[in-house]
Amino acid sequence: MTASNPMSAINIPFDIEHIRADFPVLNREVRPGLPLVYLDSTASSQKPEAVIEAMNGFYRCCNANIHRGVHTLAEEATAAYEGARARVARFINAPSARQVIFTRNATEAINLVAYAWGRANLSAGDVVILTEMEHHANLVPWHILATEKNIRLEFIPVNEAGLLDLDEYRRLLTLGPKLVSFTHMSNVLGTITPAEEIIRQAKAVGAVTLVDGAQSVPHFAVNVQSLGCDFLAFSSHKMCGPTGIGVLYGGKEILEAMPPFMGGGDMIKSVHLRSFTPNALPYKFEAGTPAIAEAVGLGAAVDYLSRIGMDAIAAHEQAMIAYALERLEEVPGVKVYGPSAQHKGGVAAFSLAGVHPHDIAQILDEGGVAVRAGHHCAQPLHEKLGIPATARASFYLYNTPAEVDKLIEGLYRVKKVFS
Amino acid sequence: MDDFYREVIIDRYKNPQFRGTLDPHDISFQDDNPLCGDHIQVDLRLGADGRVAEATFDGHGCAISQASADLLMESVIGKSLNDIKQLTRDDILQLLGIDLGPVRLKCALLSLKVLKAGVYGLKAASDDLVD
Repeated sequence: MTASNPMSAINIPFDIEHIRADFPVLNREVRPGLPLVYLDSTASSQKPEAVIEAMNGFYRCCNANIHRGVHTLAEEATAAYEGARARVARFINAPSARQVIFTRNATEAINLVAYAWGRANLSAGDVVILTEMEHHANLVPWHILATEKNIRLEFIPVNEAGLLDLDEYRRLLTLGPKLVSFTHMSNVLGTITPAEEIIRQAKAVGAVTLVDGAQSVPHFAVNVQSLGCDFLAFSSHKMCGPTGIGVLYGGKEILEAMPPFMGGGDMIKSVHLRSFTPNALPYKFEAGTPAIAEAVGLGAAVDYLSRIGMDAIAAHEQAMIAYALERLEEVPGVKVYGPSAQHKGGVAAFSLAGVHPHDIAQILDEGGVAVRAGHHCAQPLHEKLGIPATARASFYLYNTPAEVDKLIEGLYRVKKVFS
Repeated sequence: MDDFYREVIIDRYKNPQFRGTLDPHDISFQDDNPLCGDHIQVDLRLGADGRVAEATFDGHGCAISQASADLLMESVIGKSLNDIKQLTRDDILQLLGIDLGPVRLKCALLSLKVLKAGVYGLKAASDDLVD
């Protein structure tokens, strides 16, 4: 194995050791003497001390149910929850915090649109455009609706280079789609899609647009006003926040015109034995007691990411993926899927000739290196690639070039076991 | 790692003895592991005594799933369908000679699940078969 000097090749835009010290779990050893090399942030990111402490602090100091309470703790809890909403709104440059709806995760946010907007606005024969590289979260809700409503699903193809075929997209737009719903960044190929262009063209034919930002919002600056999307969905746990909370951003008019999603407490203005009046935004879409401490954690995560700067994080990941692709290509038998580094975020899905991805992941784990193996909830994309599964290494603000080197060393161990 | 990827597992993965399909067959069943996309088909031919005369598996998956399928096919030859119904996950772990965590256990047990679903004549394989 050639020992390169990664630190000289990579310009890290912040003090990486300082950042790593913010994440308690990065100090642990997977087994005695074996430090953790966490390369699975695309599935779920690690959490900084600031997020863990914010949630702890909420439970220790001011836990109570929100809204309608008059006592001090209820007031403080409400302020903490709504404060988190305001932080998230600023983070994505939403015009108003009322347009930020807390959901369980990005999946639930997309389901909310499918059930509330889709059921009210789509009917038999209506065209919905998706892409071939969607996560199951942006496929199955539309499959369910297609069965129920007999709508027609069309897919923007992925070309050999791992990019969306925009010529075919222009042809599909002549079908007069009602909705274009697409990923901002593929969780397998890492492809960053030309979202502004896709949205501009969709709007030109009067289609509503939904951006699955599960992989984009954690990794680079996303501005809903410059995107011009009608909806943006993302998950807290992929952006240094806790599990159990996600976000749906929506345009004010479209959200106001939509019927509610789930019924229950908090989403109503008034309830009678045989009728109800829905509440105003955003509460109309938040039935029941929400994930309050999790919202506080997400607010802290947004503060943490903002303090470091999304542009610096994106630059770091760009450097990491460029280095990772270079090193992976050195390993005989390795094939990396997706576009070149300039078109992708910090995700490298790969295969190794003659070895199933599960076995790759298992042997890498023996060296403390955590990668994911499988179809990463994108089975149709793997069918298109003609492979049942891939191994996937993904990078975030706390990963270092030395960890890429550990991955490469691990891959040589895999080759030895299977030689 | 040396324990996990025992020589027998790597050897059976690379040079399976019972890979293939049987046509005609008396019993055939296939299923997937939805978590990882592993796929296994099992075909059986029975002798005049009702015992398994020939057994094959086909499909794709990791070394654990493929090696366990190959070892399982070898072990069921000569067994009655009732014997097969009695097989449990401990039998598979014994064949593999290793201990497995919950995720990899699913890989190892896929072939037994497929085999038992076929023997029971079920429409769909269930995890209950290998619990």
